[in-house]
Amino acid sequence: MSNNKKSNGSTIHHDGSKLTVGRIAIYVLLVFCALYYLIPLYVMLSTSVKTLDEIRTGNLLSLPHSLTGAAWVKAWGHACTGVDCDGLAPYFWNSLRMAIPAVLISTLIGSLNGYVLAHWRFRGSEIVFTALMVGCFIPFQVVILPMARLLGMVNLSNTTPGLIFVHIVYGIAFTTLFFRNYYITVPEELVKAARIDGAGFFMTYRKIIFPLSLPIFMVCFIWQFTQIWNDFLFGVVFGGSDAKPVTVALNNLVNTSTGVTEYNVNMAAAIIAALPTLVVYLLAGKYFVRGLTAGAVKG
Amino acid sequence: MAAFADSWLPRLVLAPTIIISLVFVYGFIAQTGWLSLTDSRMMPNYTLVGFHQYADLFGLDRWWVAATNLGIFGGLFIVFCLAIGLIMAIFLDQKIRGEGALRAIYLYPMALSFIVTGAAWKWILNPGLGLEKMMHDWGFAHFTFDWLVNSDFSIYTVVIAGVWQSSGFVMALFLAGLRGIDDSVIKAAQVDGASLPTIYRRIVIPALRPVFFSALLILAHIAIKSFDLVMALTAGGPGTSSDVPAIFMYQYSFSRGQLGLGAASAMMMLATVMAVLVPLMYLETKGARNGR
Repeated sequence: MSNNKKSNGSTIHHDGSKLTVGRIAIYVLLVFCALYYLIPLYVMLSTSVKTLDEIRTGNLLSLPHSLTGAAWVKAWGHACTGVDCDGLAPYFWNSLRMAIPAVLISTLIGSLNGYVLAHWRFRGSEIVFTALMVGCFIPFQVVILPMARLLGMVNLSNTTPGLIFVHIVYGIAFTTLFFRNYYITVPEELVKAARIDGAGFFMTYRKIIFPLSLPIFMVCFIWQFTQIWNDFLFGVVFGGSDAKPVTVALNNLVNTSTGVTEYNVNMAAAIIAALPTLVVYLLAGKYFVRGLTAGAVKG
Repeated sequence: MAAFADSWLPRLVLAPTIIISLVFVYGFIAQTGWLSLTDSRMMPNYTLVGFHQYADLFGLDRWWVAATNLGIFGGLFIVFCLAIGLIMAIFLDQKIRGEGALRAIYLYPMALSFIVTGAAWKWILNPGLGLEKMMHDWGFAHFTFDWLVNSDFSIYTVVIAGVWQSSGFVMALFLAGLRGIDDSVIKAAQVDGASLPTIYRRIVIPALRPVFFSALLILAHIAIKSFDLVMALTAGGPGTSSDVPAIFMYQYSFSRGQLGLGAASAMMMLATVMAVLVPLMYLETKGARNGR
């Protein structure tokens, strides 16, 4: 670390050109960490293409001898998740049918709310904002019993529309927060100028705010999609047997206690359940990270 | 006319959200609170009976197991995530080649569902074929690692999987914080001849205080709510040894038909979240007002 003082001192960082013992140690540790995060993924992938015999004779890290897609076919099409043996496919589609409308609607509402809270403040709007934020923090266990009763009363229990409704209701606080924090960075002068020119509430949104919103829409779509796709609590409580999302089906598959545990099928199923959010992460990781940190800034 | 529309339109746009939040957050919390004061079993019953559900709850060994487990899991989960996240962020901040790729690798578990994480670690940690067998194959014949099925240690397997999932996220927070630190202060310290570890200890880490708060807040929140990870990994077992309040609440409410008791446990979870969040948020806003 001592060479740092002598380097021309523009930053606290090393200049990155010299390999010293300290820097080698840093690289070793960073690569070691990378392995720690990657090994479970490797284990999942390699296990999913092995046969059960190979799983028994080999070990976690041994390479598969011959690739077989049988576990994937079974996980997708005819593995048993509890009493049903249709694989994950129906529940995968349930998740998609649930996530897409819930993401779109909650994001749109959040955008309009954020616009109001950032640029059309009225007396009490700060209180409204604070009160909304509490919705980000509550453990959902504290609302599921009344929600179950309400969904029962309006005949939405165990249906995909019921789940969409729940995800919209409890997603709005987050989406509002994202958009409000983003729109607050839009210069007030822009909005004022539009208003002086005679543009009303929606016209200003359409002409000024909306065209600037693409990045935050991306962040919000990705955040909401990840949250809703990965949700388990609402799915298991409100999904019943027909609207079950893929996370619930995966949990049932993995925790089935009858018969031989087919680890290859379990791992293929886990990857199938993870695939949509992993793809989103690979394609739009930048927005995913921004969503994480934006969600963190508020706390 | 237009001005008139502009004064009520914003309120009208916000109105559904205000109503939703009043009903589905505040109203529902009140309803759960009420339910926790009744002797509801299979069906809700709205006659108040006082605090006897809470008395029952505190009399249940299983509740104390769940609460203790939350303490163990929450404490270790937060400490390990913060430590690993901070170390990785500091090391990544040293002008590392391939930083982008490493960052992406550290962070991807955060994109996964806790159910997927639980399923993966359930396989890795299973004593028969997982890690233990691998170590035997490698010649460590006496290596044993049966935490997953050992009721004294099962809760620690939840810590392992939880830290794997969330530490990369803490790294991302700290890295963003490090990049936001004013370089001129650090240059001044370097001119004064301060060593790198001293600079980190005296300047950089104190400047990260707000990030610590945010990370702590979020990790505490994840820990208290944790339900899916435990369900997928141990399902609260063996027996009830890795039970946490979220699982307790679910099982008493939905499998055991004890709605009143379930509601009482949910209210205790809310109280725990508030007990952690309110002081932290107070400190954070106070810190921000005093210029940290």
